[in-house]
Amino acid sequence: MASSETTSLTESRRATPVAVQRKPRWQPLLRSVIFNSVLLLGAFLSAFPFYWMFVLSTQSTQQIFSWPPQFMPGNNLIVNYENMFTIIPFWRNFANSAFVAITHTTLSLLFCSMGGYAFAMYRFPGRTWLFGLMLATMMIPWMAGIVPWFILISKWLHWINRYEALIIPGAASAFGIFWMRQYIQESIPHELLDAARIDGCHEFSIFFRIVAPLLMPAFAALGIMIFIGNWNGFLGPLLVMQEKTMYTLPVALSLLRQDPRRGFDAGVLMLGTALATLPMLIVFLMATRRFMAGLTIGAVKG
Amino acid sequence: MSQLASAKPVQGMAPRRTTLWHEMRRNWVAYAYIAPFFVLFAIFGAFPILYSFVLSFQQWNGISAAEWIGFENYARLLADRLFWLAMWNTVFIGIVAHIPILGGAMLLAFIINSAAIRFKHFYRSAYFLPVVTSPVAVSLVFSTLYGVRFGLINWILTEMGFSPIDWWGGSGEWIKPAIIILFIWRWLGWNMIIYLAGLQGINPELYEVAAIDGANLRQVFFRITLPLMRPIILFTLVLSTVGAMTLFDEPYLLVGVTGGTNNAGLTIAMYLYDRGFKFAHFGYASAIAYVVSAIIVAVSVLNIRFFGRSNTEA
Repeated sequence: MASSETTSLTESRRATPVAVQRKPRWQPLLRSVIFNSVLLLGAFLSAFPFYWMFVLSTQSTQQIFSWPPQFMPGNNLIVNYENMFTIIPFWRNFANSAFVAITHTTLSLLFCSMGGYAFAMYRFPGRTWLFGLMLATMMIPWMAGIVPWFILISKWLHWINRYEALIIPGAASAFGIFWMRQYIQESIPHELLDAARIDGCHEFSIFFRIVAPLLMPAFAALGIMIFIGNWNGFLGPLLVMQEKTMYTLPVALSLLRQDPRRGFDAGVLMLGTALATLPMLIVFLMATRRFMAGLTIGAVKG
Repeated sequence: MSQLASAKPVQGMAPRRTTLWHEMRRNWVAYAYIAPFFVLFAIFGAFPILYSFVLSFQQWNGISAAEWIGFENYARLLADRLFWLAMWNTVFIGIVAHIPILGGAMLLAFIINSAAIRFKHFYRSAYFLPVVTSPVAVSLVFSTLYGVRFGLINWILTEMGFSPIDWWGGSGEWIKPAIIILFIWRWLGWNMIIYLAGLQGINPELYEVAAIDGANLRQVFFRITLPLMRPIILFTLVLSTVGAMTLFDEPYLLVGVTGGTNNAGLTIAMYLYDRGFKFAHFGYASAIAYVVSAIIVAVSVLNIRFFGRSNTEA
């Protein structure tokens, strides 16, 4: 029985090259051409608006509103830059965004790694139940409590026009903790912790002095995700920040669009947009691999 | 030494009655580590959600005393033409945008994952660019692309012999397509990256075996790839549902808070924002929030039921 099986297997193996050869030679080539052109077109469409944004930011409104459109950079960059400050205090808004995003990310990484570590490494009563509860909170849309959230922030905590409102509420995200748990489970061996305990290391020192340094790649990947999300956030700052000097960049940009006194200056608007986008593009292009590896850990290994 | 023992033998040695309390005390550090999440969630998540439920039975503008009005907010909601319109707009945009997003993402991921493609890293980065930029920024760039008289898209259309599109005017019939195109552009890459990661997790031997059996590309895709990708499709479906139903930034910036001509671009999140924060109808806005959140959770659960069957454990 066994021998007859092996012979039939080898026969089918031997048969395949013949089957492949029977196919016309040009087919893989054609497929490759189609695949590559589809991908190239898609990549072009994805990237083009960014090129367009940078080009328009150097043009005057007259150049932008001209026919046919001009595809090369103009010479109005400096003027646009100066005009921008008559509408918004751009660098102040930039600093607000940077400060909020950096502090929020730091705090988030601390809380998420702590939570992820606890769920990954400790067997404590209620662990499964609490973990399930935490995962379930991810399904709740932000809308559900937005009205009382705003009442809480404005009337009771008096956090209108204060950075705390954008830094603290989301600082321990369920997604981040889940993500960190996945990472820690796979990369930190239990033996390491046991060895440290035998040596008399305190539980807190184990985490902060032994485990945390090993989490640097995870901090980088999750940190980039949290940072970008916070930097791009719109509705939160729109509700909370009600003074121009406290706006974060997205809110300030929406003002460039809608400033009733000056009308619509497309060149200025695009320059502000470009300057607000540039840091994210740089962060992303510097750490693409790490970012995408981080993004998918939750999805695939979940 | 007792801290060492997360292993079972020691648990068994502890006296039965005090085990739970003992275990909790022994692991107090773990509770301290997860406390930030549960404390912050209690304050900024659970409390607003519960209070939102109470508010939805009240009439309150934030200044005068709140008034208990029972189900009146919900009754008004059912008769509110704008609510139903916003609901329809949101669902329409969500469904019409997500068919090409999810289908296209799967197709692109399949193509990039195939052996015929070089520069995979370049493509992944290029397709992911739109996701890392702020929705405000991309909406502003697209609003210039959509310019009616001098926009790039209309220029291309006229060069090709078509008549230009009046994106914002007419009866508002082009507003939804404008939002949908932006939405597709922004989210295709994200879903593609997720699917690609899933594809790369499939054991290549399966493909080799299929090739030996003489399966063609279509059979490989539908018989091997798609079934194995089910948990990942579920993941994107749930996130897409939440994302589509809470769509706010892009239409808000493209057409303003009223949704443009005939409210054609008014989404349910914008309507909630309008009622809650422009008019300070806190009770009514909370009722909207509850109805929509219930729908989102219900659809997510349905998705899990349909696509998740054996793969739901975390």
